[in-house]
Amino acid sequence: MTTGEAAARWRSGISLRTHGVYAALGIVIAFNLLFTPNFATVTNVRLQLVQVTPIVVVALGMAVVVATAGIDLSVGATMALAAATLAATIDRGPAIAIAIALLVGVLAGLFNGVLVGVVRIQPIVATLGLFIAGRGFALMIADGRLTEIFDPTIRSIGTKRLVGGFQAGVFVALSLTVIIGVLVRYTVFGKRVVAIGGSPDAARTAGLPVRPSLILVYALSGGLAAVAGVLATARSGAADPSFVGLLIELSAITAVVVGGTPLAGGEIRVMGTVAGALLMQLIFATLIRHDLSDADARMVQALIIVAAVYIQRGRLR
Amino acid sequence: MTSDIVARTPGDPPLGDIAAPASFGSVTSLIRQSAAGVVLMIVVLLGVILFGSKFANTGNFSNLAVASSFLAIIAIGMTFVIISGGIDLSVGSMYALAAVLAAYSSRWGSVAGIVVPIVTCAVIGFVQGSLIGKLGMPPFIVTLAGLLFARGLAFKVSDDGNTTHLIDRDRWMTNLGQERVLGVGVPVWIALTLFGGGLVLLNRTRLGQAVFAIGGSEDASVLMGLRVARVKIILYTITGLLGGLAGMLVAARSSSGLSTIGGGLELEAIAAVVIGGTLLSGGAGGLTGTLTGVLLLGVIQNLINQVGTLRSFHQQVVSGLFLIMVVTAQTIVGRREQS
Repeated sequence: MTTGEAAARWRSGISLRTHGVYAALGIVIAFNLLFTPNFATVTNVRLQLVQVTPIVVVALGMAVVVATAGIDLSVGATMALAAATLAATIDRGPAIAIAIALLVGVLAGLFNGVLVGVVRIQPIVATLGLFIAGRGFALMIADGRLTEIFDPTIRSIGTKRLVGGFQAGVFVALSLTVIIGVLVRYTVFGKRVVAIGGSPDAARTAGLPVRPSLILVYALSGGLAAVAGVLATARSGAADPSFVGLLIELSAITAVVVGGTPLAGGEIRVMGTVAGALLMQLIFATLIRHDLSDADARMVQALIIVAAVYIQRGRLR
Repeated sequence: MTSDIVARTPGDPPLGDIAAPASFGSVTSLIRQSAAGVVLMIVVLLGVILFGSKFANTGNFSNLAVASSFLAIIAIGMTFVIISGGIDLSVGSMYALAAVLAAYSSRWGSVAGIVVPIVTCAVIGFVQGSLIGKLGMPPFIVTLAGLLFARGLAFKVSDDGNTTHLIDRDRWMTNLGQERVLGVGVPVWIALTLFGGGLVLLNRTRLGQAVFAIGGSEDASVLMGLRVARVKIILYTITGLLGGLAGMLVAARSSSGLSTIGGGLELEAIAAVVIGGTLLSGGAGGLTGTLTGVLLLGVIQNLINQVGTLRSFHQQVVSGLFLIMVVTAQTIVGRREQS
């Protein structure tokens, strides 16, 4: 993509298709400010942000994967792997345990990346393998049990309030958003990701390192999933491989797509992804607050996904 | 992979004796299709050697067949959708929804208990197919929304999961899940019948040819004058219907409808289809492979159950690694064949 094209894309880029998510987010927030009592309280804002943190972190990696026309179904299982590893290695001290947990996530991602980039298995099948096996591995590590973590450092990551009363996880998510944003917009790697998604054959013909880039992309997704796994474990004070990150791949994919990144690849919207995650979280919270049941809230979410993709459908093929 | 779908005008009569789709002809897809069968034989042999008559007895095989029949019914529909180049993520939720609806509506009699879930799931499938076929929305997202919607509806019918509806013991619909005919469970007969019907539909009818053509090249199919949108609507309606049927059967088997069942079943079905040699990119594949894939997953689970000390998560690990190995082998063999 030349700078001229980028500029042209930027000029023509502001539309309901690409920026509708911000409008929708604005509408939901406005609705809540008007009609939901105790919405604009610090406590509630904190709660919503803490709850959405793991989804945002996972969705950032997913957005990069989707930009390469891929998909990563294994992120929830990777979260479970990271959580189980964290609990298993906590005796060696929190820093080492976290490092090992993150490493395991990156390794899981590398594995996916090799299957997609080198063996050239379709991403959905390649990551389906770890989707099924990963949580099993995590349960093997944890001997099928929930493991409480008493380490004070890990606990404080999840509970201690920092600036503005927000827990560390919120700041981690924020920093990662900035890092990924810079990565995709200003680095060669980011441009390669988009080029590969746009046309893998063209990227290969142009001499781009498609294989290493793909491996790196899935490693990044695995690493971010591990971060989410550590954060979720720290927040709940226990590693629960059966349930941590369960179905988060669906939430993450939803956030990415609602945020304006087409599943067909070749494009990425980092801020849109974060906005997409916030939007789905707020919609869910709003519906629950207005006495809709969990079941109804899911159904409404489904309709919103369809509507969002309907608006974007011009770009999806 | 050589894409050698024979271009046929839609007006042609269904192929007679040479009905097997041309894609089966190439050596590559022959290897891909039979790989799962070979592995299945090895795994069964392994089971016989390791566990002897504890594994190889009619009672165990009969249980295995019934346990696999629900996934088989769902995987049949999934095979059609995947060959057409699509995907259906909603079937696991449809399965749960159908189970809940079957138990709920059995209060009005067995006919209602059977018809309501199947029709509801078929309607949801029809809506998904319309969004995909008519509006050109991506199947992955549409059926992801369907997954959420159907699961939400299942929870709604069961009061957010707080109520588990039961099927009264004297309703005859429970026979569909619990009875045996000629020593084989009714769900198995239903799955086998659908498998036979599916084989005919896929390999001997115009619809089947259209499914292969659309999966091979959608643009070419449009140019050939195939009614792509209509075919897609039919396919997603069928997968919904089959998901509903499987859920109804499982409710009949357990005399209850649980809203939490079937999580991840869609991915298990996809795994079975892929292990069976059907390409996720569409245009090639078959139902025999899918049935082999379903049985393979079932046998692995059964063998792990035989080892008393192993737990369900061990089965996940084995199944997942298995999927990766089979697909890796298929991909590498396929590439070598091509070059």
